[in-house]
Amino acid sequence: MPVEDTTGSVPLRSEEDIVASRQKVRVLTQQLRFSLVDQTKMITAASELSRNTLVHGHGGEMRWELVEDGVRRGLRLHFEDTGPGIADVKLALTDGWTSGTGMGLGLPGSKRLVHEFDLHSTPGQGTRVSITRWK
Amino acid sequence: MVRIPILQMGPVLLVTIQLDMQDQMALALQDDLANKIADTGAKGVLIDISALEIVDSFVGRMLASISGISRILDATTVVVGMQPAVAITLVELGLSLEGVRTALNVERGMELLAQARKENSLAR
Repeated sequence: MPVEDTTGSVPLRSEEDIVASRQKVRVLTQQLRFSLVDQTKMITAASELSRNTLVHGHGGEMRWELVEDGVRRGLRLHFEDTGPGIADVKLALTDGWTSGTGMGLGLPGSKRLVHEFDLHSTPGQGTRVSITRWK
Repeated sequence: MVRIPILQMGPVLLVTIQLDMQDQMALALQDDLANKIADTGAKGVLIDISALEIVDSFVGRMLASISGISRILDATTVVVGMQPAVAITLVELGLSLEGVRTALNVERGMELLAQARKENSLAR
């Protein structure tokens, strides 16, 4: 029987990579047998955060891991960049606040689509956003 | 870059988005539609998104922009066929697509556009 990979990564260096990250998350959530709505939520969150990594973080990667907690299984995604970082994390998590031309939904919106959300950012060094959705 | 084709059927422009779009592709569609409305004098735009498995804030914004642009160019836009899982996710994301007219399927979308044309000609 083939052994499933439980971790891996996808580069986020171009717009094509955003499409590739969505496709990877689709495959993983299907593998975990997420419901269609849960798949859609996780893929949408991944799309928002991948774009943030590319546009605001000037590129980075998405690392993924299949996680277990007792009998629960889930998917955790880490979006990491070495870009300028976020000066005011609280502000960045406010609905409608935008640093650029977007609508300011990326971070607060993705947070609502997942069960766990964790943001670490150091100005000048980069940002890591981790999200988890359980089945 | 692949461009999304725009078909003309009488006074209506038809767009069916059938692939996972890169951001540039969505922006190109917005520009192409604006030009096509101006060139053809189309009164309606029908965008079928039934094949889209997700709509994120970027694509949502594109749909809202197209609606706004076409309104200014005197055309009505209707977005049809959104999958229920996509609608649920969009609302949770915080995107209500205000100002975007929607219909359940192509048939109802065409009815809505015909109705809008009728109301428009009566108003004149």
